[in-house]
Amino acid sequence: MPDTPMIAIDRVSKFYGIYNALSDVSLNIGAGEFFALLGPSGCGKTTLLRSIAGFDNPSSGDIRIDGHSAIGVPPNLRPTNMVFQSYAIFPHLNVEENVAYGLKRLKLGADEERRRVGAALEQVRLGHLGKRRGHELSGGQRQRVALARALVLRPKVLLLDEPLSALDKKLREEMQVELRSLQRAVGITFVLVTHDQYEALALSDRIAVMFGGRIAQVATPKEIYQHPRTKSVADFLGGMNFLSGRTLGQTASGLTVETEKFGTLTLSLPEERIEVGARATVGIRPERLRLLWDDARAPHELTGKVVNRAYFGETTHLLVGVEGLEKPLSMIETNTHGADDLPIGADIRLAYDPEAFVLLADDPPVERLN
Amino acid sequence: MNTGAPEKSRLLPAYVAFYFLFLYLPILLLPVFSFNNAAATTFPLAGFTTKWYVSLWGNGEMLTAAVNSLIVGVCVSVLSTLLGICAARAITRYRFRGRRAANGLIMAPLFLPEIIVAVSLLMVVLAAGMELSLATIILGQTVFCLPYCMSVLTAGFEGFDRSLEEASLDLGETAFGTFRRVTLPVVAPAILSSLLVSFTISLDEFILAFFLSGTEPTLPVYIWGQLRFAAKLPSVLALGTIMLLISILLLTIAEVVRRRAERRYATGGYAHA
Repeated sequence: MPDTPMIAIDRVSKFYGIYNALSDVSLNIGAGEFFALLGPSGCGKTTLLRSIAGFDNPSSGDIRIDGHSAIGVPPNLRPTNMVFQSYAIFPHLNVEENVAYGLKRLKLGADEERRRVGAALEQVRLGHLGKRRGHELSGGQRQRVALARALVLRPKVLLLDEPLSALDKKLREEMQVELRSLQRAVGITFVLVTHDQYEALALSDRIAVMFGGRIAQVATPKEIYQHPRTKSVADFLGGMNFLSGRTLGQTASGLTVETEKFGTLTLSLPEERIEVGARATVGIRPERLRLLWDDARAPHELTGKVVNRAYFGETTHLLVGVEGLEKPLSMIETNTHGADDLPIGADIRLAYDPEAFVLLADDPPVERLN
Repeated sequence: MNTGAPEKSRLLPAYVAFYFLFLYLPILLLPVFSFNNAAATTFPLAGFTTKWYVSLWGNGEMLTAAVNSLIVGVCVSVLSTLLGICAARAITRYRFRGRRAANGLIMAPLFLPEIIVAVSLLMVVLAAGMELSLATIILGQTVFCLPYCMSVLTAGFEGFDRSLEEASLDLGETAFGTFRRVTLPVVAPAILSSLLVSFTISLDEFILAFFLSGTEPTLPVYIWGQLRFAAKLPSVLALGTIMLLISILLLTIAEVVRRRAERRYATGGYAHA
């Protein structure tokens, strides 16, 4: 990340009456970064995005865009453009007129304007649909119009509010690829709001996970998936088996935690302080548990019974009951060995890697009423 | 037994045919007799004439009433549409306490007996010491037309996606420019439709105009006055025919405008690929 961030959010809070939509949020987003704000509905991610766009004003704190404080600057004077969740295509204008909407004020002259509209439409592969009206376009095409309309103004930051949520699954996946390559091509900062963890993981350079108006963790997709700091973050980013343990002591390589069936694990320390001798939660992702077939052996094994099974085509999700564990373990197996044919009640052996466990901090209490 | 079905299917079209006959035959008689060369409205017809229409043209009283109706109609449609725009925007845009109650109270005149509304308005106007004039008719009819404007306008505004205005601001446009370049064009069909509907209603509204007019009758009030003279009936029919045509024309335009706008916004927000 370069030294001066493109967007610097500095201790921003937002109250609606006594409701605390954002509390003390600080965040830096670099130039050219594809950044995702991820969280459940009501976590404050949209409020934060709208504060960057200028549609909401923080109750306190500062937002700097490209080094300049944006507090009090109306949306039309900010170097940001937004792709709305509903796309907000102007229904009384055709595609070209929509894209040219913001250019009109720049008084570029008809030729230059036409050239830039054409280039923007080519960029999103809509050159052939310039004369269509919004209601004559599919969802995917409408989204491209919204993208072209924003990008044609050459903003420093493009803000995307759940841009893919109105599309069906197949198109959503196509648009993800397209968004990512578009961002690489234009090279500007993209800030994406989404509640879809896979979208955030697939698209962004870094993710901020938000809960209850606060940022719970900021990290790269891989880091945030593999080393979530808190239980909520771990849970929100996919399946996780939570196990309770007790911290025994601290060594140079980390904390040692005693668990019920997985022995004593040495885990790297999360940023949150965890007391030695206290109860602790550790987690392991379902895909890090592996079925052992026939005579296969592994250094770390466990036996259990299949309690439930769900078939997902390429994978099968199993719930495995292990004696001595409160909750059955969830695991994901690719269907290459026949996990999809395991009967419920079958005795199985599973392997795990002690390195795959993460130590999870408890979540800070959420106080949203001031 | 299965004999019910075919019998029903024969009865139903007959019923529908009778229903429409009853509804529209009297109205169809209006133009027929307006071209009939006889003072009495009886069959058989006595031959074709346009003299009743020609006689209207020389009728100063009728022309004055027509001008009155035009003034009232324009004022009522503009006033009730303006008030309707404010109310419809508030009701579709904001969530506030008493929103449903406010909406209900605005729509209520639609269901109140018009004669009661007319009598109470007359009492208020007289108690306030106002002279009965075109202004009092305009006042009364504006109240009466507002619900119609509201239903047209709320339907139009409901399809208005708030983020359209935000998108315009976001693209660099000012608040005023946004109103001019986005808000107005998008809601224009609903506004035009509201103007046309309220003008049409005002044009043939009788009860309020009758109670609240002083010495300046509107067309319906004038027509009612003429009905006392049997000899004048054919020219009243001619006038009625003209008014009927104007009403149909205006309402058709309003409906066409409304539907075109509706189609445009039906898929305005979310859509499937």
